[in-house]
Amino acid sequence: MKALWQNYRKNKLAQGIFLLLYIGITSLSLYLAQKSVTAFLLLLASLLLLYFTSFKNVTKWLIAGVVLVILLPFTASNGDGYQSYMEVATLVGIYISMALGLNVVVGMAGLLDLGFIAFFAVGAYSYGIFATAQANHFMPFGHYPLSGESFWIFILIGCFVAALFGILLGIPVLRVKGDYLAIVTLGFGEIIRIIFNNLDRPVNITNGAMGLPSVTPPSLFGIDFLYPSQFYYIVLIILVFTIFTVRRFEHSKIGRSWKAVRENEIAAQAMGVPLVKTKLMAFAIGASFSGMMGVVFAAKQAFVDPTSFTLLESITILVMVILGGMGSVPGVILGAAVMTILNLQVLTEITNWLNQLSTSGAISIPDALSPSKMQRMIFGLLLILFALYRPQGLLPAKNRKYDQKLLQKGSKEANGDSLREQSPIENAQEV
Amino acid sequence: MSILEVKNLTKKFGGLVATQDISMTVEKNSITAIIGPNGAGKTTFFNMITGVYQPTSGEILLESEKLNGLKPHIVCRKGIARTFQNIRLFNEMTVLENVMVGMHAHLKAGLFGILFNLPTTRKEELDSEIKAYQLLEYVGLEDFLNEKACNLSYGAQRRLEIARALAAEPKVLLLDEPAAGMNPKETTELTRLIRNMREEFNLTIILIEHDMRLVMEISEQIFVLDHGVKIAEGKPEYIRNNPKVIEAYLGTGAVHAG
Repeated sequence: MKALWQNYRKNKLAQGIFLLLYIGITSLSLYLAQKSVTAFLLLLASLLLLYFTSFKNVTKWLIAGVVLVILLPFTASNGDGYQSYMEVATLVGIYISMALGLNVVVGMAGLLDLGFIAFFAVGAYSYGIFATAQANHFMPFGHYPLSGESFWIFILIGCFVAALFGILLGIPVLRVKGDYLAIVTLGFGEIIRIIFNNLDRPVNITNGAMGLPSVTPPSLFGIDFLYPSQFYYIVLIILVFTIFTVRRFEHSKIGRSWKAVRENEIAAQAMGVPLVKTKLMAFAIGASFSGMMGVVFAAKQAFVDPTSFTLLESITILVMVILGGMGSVPGVILGAAVMTILNLQVLTEITNWLNQLSTSGAISIPDALSPSKMQRMIFGLLLILFALYRPQGLLPAKNRKYDQKLLQKGSKEANGDSLREQSPIENAQEV
Repeated sequence: MSILEVKNLTKKFGGLVATQDISMTVEKNSITAIIGPNGAGKTTFFNMITGVYQPTSGEILLESEKLNGLKPHIVCRKGIARTFQNIRLFNEMTVLENVMVGMHAHLKAGLFGILFNLPTTRKEELDSEIKAYQLLEYVGLEDFLNEKACNLSYGAQRRLEIARALAAEPKVLLLDEPAAGMNPKETTELTRLIRNMREEFNLTIILIEHDMRLVMEISEQIFVLDHGVKIAEGKPEYIRNNPKVIEAYLGTGAVHAG
C-alpha cells in the first residue's frame, strides 16, 4: 500500500488518470443524482485533489478553469437544485475573496483586524445606495436608480472606496498594536454598521434599519443578471483576479515588507521599510477585495441592510483565515470554502436529517437541543479540535523556495566569481 | 575626513539621563568601537543615531547632513544600517528573503509594476535575488538560503544580520555586540569578516562590544562611556592604560592596586 502511494506521488500519469476518473465519476453522479449534495461537494473536492498533483501551475489553472467554468455549472444544471448549488458556489467565491483580503492584513502583515466586514459593507452600500431610488433623497442631481450597466463601474468604485476606508481607518488605528489594534478595529466595524443603521436622519442616506430594497440587477448587452448561476461567473472572474493579485504581491518587495513588519517591526524599520505606509497598504489592498465583493453581494441579494454586516461575520472570515492557515493563499482558499460549505450545506443537511429522525420518532431530541440551534456549537467544537490538533491550519503557509543552482550561476555571471574566493569565513576555517 | 559627527548628544527618559553631552567624530572608512560597562548608554546612543529614539538635545550629522528627527527607515536610506544586540531577524522568513528585505529601500518597483509583473520589475526582482545570494555567499550562509531564519545556529544568525545590513548598501554600519555569545573560533572569523567588510564595501564601521580582545585588535579609535558620559577616547593603547577606564570597569581600588 505504501509502495503504491509512493509510486502515485511520483507518477504524473497516474495522478492524471486518477484525477480524470475522479472528476468524471463525481460530475456524472452529480449529473444523474441532482439532489445529491454529496456529489456536488465531491466534485468541488476535485480541486483539492488537483492542488496536490505535481502538474505545472499552468496545467492546474487550466484544469481548475474547465471544472469551474464548464463542468460544475453544466452538471448541476440538470435539475431544480441548480440555482441553490450555484448560490452556494457564489457565496463560497465571495467568502474566499474576502478571506484572501483579510489574509493580507492578518496573515501577511500580522495586523489583527476584527472589523473586516466593514469594508464589505462599504462596498455593498456604495452600490446599494446608487442602484436604488435611495440616492434621490440626498443627491442634488442625476436620476436614480442607476441603470444595470453601471454595476461594472461600481465594482471598481467599491474597490477604491473600500481601499480609501482602509486607509482612513488605518491612519488613526495603526498607532496601537496587537490586542489593542484588535479592539479598535472591532470598534470600527461596529461603528460602520451602526452608522449605516442610523444614517436615515437628518438626511436619509442609507434608509437605516429598513435597508435598501430592490437593488437594480447588473446588466450587460441587455441581459439582466438575476440568478445565482449568472452571478457565479462574475464572482469567478473577480476571484481569479483576487488570487492573481494576492500572489503577485506576496512574492514582491511589498509582500516581503508585510512579512518583515509582522516578524519584527523594529528590524523592518531599521532596514528601510516604512512602517506606516506598509501597514496602510496592507489595509487598503485587503479592504479593496472586500469592497468589490460587497458590490456583487448587494447586486446578488438585491437588498442591503445593516444586519448582514455584524461582528459575527467578521469573526467568521477571521476563522476562515485561521482554519486554512494564516498567510497561506491555498490554505485560506480551502479554509473559506470549507467554512462556507459547512455553514450552508453540511450543517444544514445534518440538521434536516436529525429533524427528520426526530419527527419520525426514531430518536427524541428535546426542544432546547434542537439541531438548528446547535449549528454554532458544532462549529465551535470543530474550531476547538483544530486549535488543538492542527494550530497551523489546513494548509500551512510555505515560504517560497529559491533555486540555488540558478542563483549560483547568476552570481558567478554577475561577479566573475571574485567574491567567493575572498570569503573571509572560508579562510578562517582553513586556519 | 569625518563621515559621522555627533555633537553634545543628550537623551533623557523622564528624570533618567541615559546619555549626557556625548560628542564624537568618526573618520570615514575607519573602525570605531564604543565600550563601557552595562547600562552605560551605548545602545541608547545607537538608537539615537538610527532614529529609534529622538535625542533630547544635540545634533547628529552624517556627511554634514542633519539626521535629527528622521524616522528609522529614512535614516537607513541615508546610509546607516545596523545589527541588533538581541538578534532581530525575520524568523519565519527564509534566509534569502531576510537579506532581500534589507534591499527594500533600493527597489523601485511600484504597485503597477508588481501587479502586471512588468519586465523591469521582474528583472529587478531577479537581480535582487542574485545580489542577496552573493551576500549570503560572502558571509558563508549560501547553503541555507531556503532555511527559515529561526532555524539557524546562533553564530549564523549573527552573520545573517550582518548580511541583511549590508544589503541596505550603507555608508556607516553599526554593529551592536556582534561577538556576544560566540566562541573564540567564531570571534576570530568575525574579526576577519569585519576587517574584510570595510575593504570590500568601503564601509565605516562602529561597533559596541564587550570582547576586549576583539575591540583592541580591530578598532582604530575607541570611545568609552560610563553612566551616559563619555569618559575617554583615543587609540587602543591609550585606552588600555587610561586610569579612568580601568576605574569604570574594575572600581576605584584597581587603579591604586595596579
